Amino acid sequence: MSESNGVMQNRDMQRIALKQKILKGTALFFVYAFLIIMALIVLFPFYWMVISSLKTLAEYRLSAPTFWPRQVMLSNYAEAFTAANLGKLFVNTMYVGVVSTLLSLVITVLSAFAFARLEFKGRETMFGLLLATMMIPGELFTITNYATVTRLGWMNSFKVLIVPFLVSVFYIFLLRQNFLQIPNELYLAAKVDGTSDLKYLWKVMVPLSMPTLISITILKMMGAWNSYIWPRLVANDAAHQMITNGLRNAFTDTTGDVNYPVQMAAVAIVSAPLFLIFVFLRKYIMAGVSRSGIKG
Amino acid sequence: MVDNKQQWKAWLYLSPAIVLLLVFTVWPIINTIRMAFLEGYSGLQAVGGINYSFGFGNFVKVIHYNKFINCLKTTILLCVLTVPISTFLALLIAVALNSIKFLQKGLQTIFFLPYVTNSIAIGMVFAAMFNIVGSFYGTENEIIVTAGIINNVIEFFGGQSVNWINYGSTYTANIIVLTVYIVWNALPFKILVLLGGLQSINTQYYDAAKVDGTPKRRVFTHITVPLLSPMLAYVIITGFIGGFKEYSSIVGIFGETMGPADDARRLNTMVGFIYDALSTNSQGTASAAALILFGIILVVTLINTMVGKKKVHY
Amino acid sequence: MKIVLQNITKIFPGRNKKVDEEVIAVNDFNLEIPDGKLIGLLGPSGCGKSTTLYMISGLQKPSQGKIFFGEDDVTELSTENRGVGLVFQNYALYPHMTVKQNILFPLQNLKGDDKLSKQQMLDRAVYAAKLVQIDDLMERKPSELSGGQQQRVAIARALVKMPRVLLLDEPLSNLDARLRLQTREEIRKIQKKTGITTVFVTHDQEEAMSISDMIVVMKLGIIQQVGNPQNVYDDPVNLFVAKFLGTPPINVFEGSVKEGKLYLDGTAVMDVKGADDREVFVGIRPEGFILDENGPMQCHLNNVEVMGRDVSIVSTSKCSVNPVIRSIINADNKVDASCENVRFSLKPHKVFLFDKQDEKRIYFEVR
Repeated sequence: MSESNGVMQNRDMQRIALKQKILKGTALFFVYAFLIIMALIVLFPFYWMVISSLKTLAEYRLSAPTFWPRQVMLSNYAEAFTAANLGKLFVNTMYVGVVSTLLSLVITVLSAFAFARLEFKGRETMFGLLLATMMIPGELFTITNYATVTRLGWMNSFKVLIVPFLVSVFYIFLLRQNFLQIPNELYLAAKVDGTSDLKYLWKVMVPLSMPTLISITILKMMGAWNSYIWPRLVANDAAHQMITNGLRNAFTDTTGDVNYPVQMAAVAIVSAPLFLIFVFLRKYIMAGVSRSGIKG
Repeated sequence: MVDNKQQWKAWLYLSPAIVLLLVFTVWPIINTIRMAFLEGYSGLQAVGGINYSFGFGNFVKVIHYNKFINCLKTTILLCVLTVPISTFLALLIAVALNSIKFLQKGLQTIFFLPYVTNSIAIGMVFAAMFNIVGSFYGTENEIIVTAGIINNVIEFFGGQSVNWINYGSTYTANIIVLTVYIVWNALPFKILVLLGGLQSINTQYYDAAKVDGTPKRRVFTHITVPLLSPMLAYVIITGFIGGFKEYSSIVGIFGETMGPADDARRLNTMVGFIYDALSTNSQGTASAAALILFGIILVVTLINTMVGKKKVHY
Repeated sequence: MKIVLQNITKIFPGRNKKVDEEVIAVNDFNLEIPDGKLIGLLGPSGCGKSTTLYMISGLQKPSQGKIFFGEDDVTELSTENRGVGLVFQNYALYPHMTVKQNILFPLQNLKGDDKLSKQQMLDRAVYAAKLVQIDDLMERKPSELSGGQQQRVAIARALVKMPRVLLLDEPLSNLDARLRLQTREEIRKIQKKTGITTVFVTHDQEEAMSISDMIVVMKLGIIQQVGNPQNVYDDPVNLFVAKFLGTPPINVFEGSVKEGKLYLDGTAVMDVKGADDREVFVGIRPEGFILDENGPMQCHLNNVEVMGRDVSIVSTSKCSVNPVIRSIINADNKVDASCENVRFSLKPHKVFLFDKQDEKRIYFEVR
């Protein structure tokens, strides 16, 4: 002990204090430098998308790239909108998104309520089986579902885009957990007052679970917006095409001599709604995502 | 009496979910397994009334199929490259974010942005960034003028432009582009989860380490990483599962040819293989491949949990 | 190592830097802690005692003032350069390391001249573990230990690097009652043995009184009184200190001083020569009552609790500030619990007078 004391005392306290201040300052500088560089890298594709979409084709092809368009070509957006028929795609996608979200919410709320509040035989087994299906990759279902919808004659319809994905075990799980946090006494009190189940569900459970329901809604809508594989298989006709497929089909070439400004304008149009949702509902998206790990 | 009523009601509420799950989840599981074990099953011919014998033929065929082996290679390569890189980068960013106050929220939002994107749409942006204009299909004598920003930057620093994704590009170059894109896409979720984990670590551990004069790097390796290990295990498992199901990022950059024009399908993945088999009505092959994919995911998850039991604390 | 705190003030800024939301946690704190002593910082929650401890440790910086270790000004020195050992309230043992790894951890951080060989580290770790009697638990993880054992590991980890100062933040609050008694004796013993200047924080006055060489009573960031525990108990400077120390707590009455006599409820109960005439708060320690048939103070008897060698008499009186008066007398005195009233006379040195307004002590001559 005494040896250690001696060492400490002999040191020049002022010098150590100064040194540690400098160290701390440089460390902080590097942390910020790292974060800002990474943030710029993350942002760069978005920036490049936007400025490219505003350039003329000739300016885009300059071998010395410009980082701000010399001539702002808003007409690229108009051209992209008509070239990819984005209006129709937008309507289709919104229709599928809204209908499937609404139906999905009803089914999810009812199932979550049954699992959280009602006593019935085999409840735990049933719930366990449901959770087990979450392990299985979706591609495994797709193969048979493709055959099923063909046999049902649903090919090239909105039905085929909506019905097979109405039930999400993950959403049921998420909402059930939320419902379980609501004290059972509330339910029993409502029973005593003679409130019907559905009324209780609508007046108490749903309002109390709003954040989760909003998260589910956003994730479901984002899912519709970003869905690509299934729609390509079963509804790739002009009348029912979804936005991602339409975008990809309208600009089949991604390399070579492509009119990139127009293509980037189309990409920007498709990306914009997602950003708007993100700006306003960031909290709900991040809350839902951190629990899922599922994109869209 | 009341119990019976509750039972009846519960099943009523569950009925829409159960009907849909039976048709679109349970039946597919059974049917896919059935088709996988029926030799050379094809949906079209099955309608014609042909009977198939039971056996492992589909699996044998898939495994011996060069195309499948290539898909498997590409998929595994992408997993092995992207999961460690994205996890490591996400960890660094999350730790850095956790150590600052000023600008933390703003930077966190920026790092989350790639999550709210359409992977096909932004794939097209990456394709533009890595493009070379002037190299047309089949015309090898074309003068190469780069207009992709990445090559512009490389040239600016005196480097030689690289044919990343166009006609005649190399497999390695393609994989690098895909890795960059997939990592960019995978960062937000990992940062979100890891930052959440970091923020839930009791700050007393850091205070204790500070009192003991622990150097920053040692705090990171001996305290932060071990205490974060449940979250790390989580992002690694979900990273691998996502990696094995990689498909749309490749479509985003290369289009449905799944490769540069001169070598289409070169970058096809497991999921791509399944869809290709499906579109040629070889449901038997598709099912076998899907089961193999499921098997791989299961094994990876099991290995992860087993390793996790040893390495993950609490 | 002597510790000197000079005009220490700690202000926590309000949210959004609003001045009106600022919290002054510690206000103009002056204290000299002598070398090799065990000091208890005592006060109710929110009195700034933990903040003071953290400022000594270097984890928090004072807004104003200076801190000296010996002759060294350490105010600007960060915690790792101060050579302190800190035991956290929840121990903060690393859950993923064994006891041995936990204790070795601080040693592995040493650099330069202080660097130790593997064997030296192990020897030191074993020495520290023996000191707190956990040398047989070295391979266990913290989750496999009881609260008391975790506490010892935390102390061993703090001691192993031979700190100049040992700081303990509510070291006993997470232990059950029996273990608390045992552990506090343990802390006392270890401190005596090592001779390290030790500061600990507690809200439990009994804990502080029983083991400290010196206690510092704090309220709202301001030192109320500093001194040897018995002295502070016997000679509180204000009503707060008098009320805070002692179990059962002191009995407080509203009374008045007139012509050198103390009046309670209109009755003169004691001579208080030297005190001016005024309205006062009267504090009487439970052991300050003498059962006396002819005593001047009459109270309404509620009940009598016999507790082994003592008897606790619970009574009420109109002038009492507390709902009941508790007096403790020797069990040799027979008390008839069926009586309606009980009469006491008072021990003058157990009676304290406080000003009604500023609650400061008013002294009088005790014969």
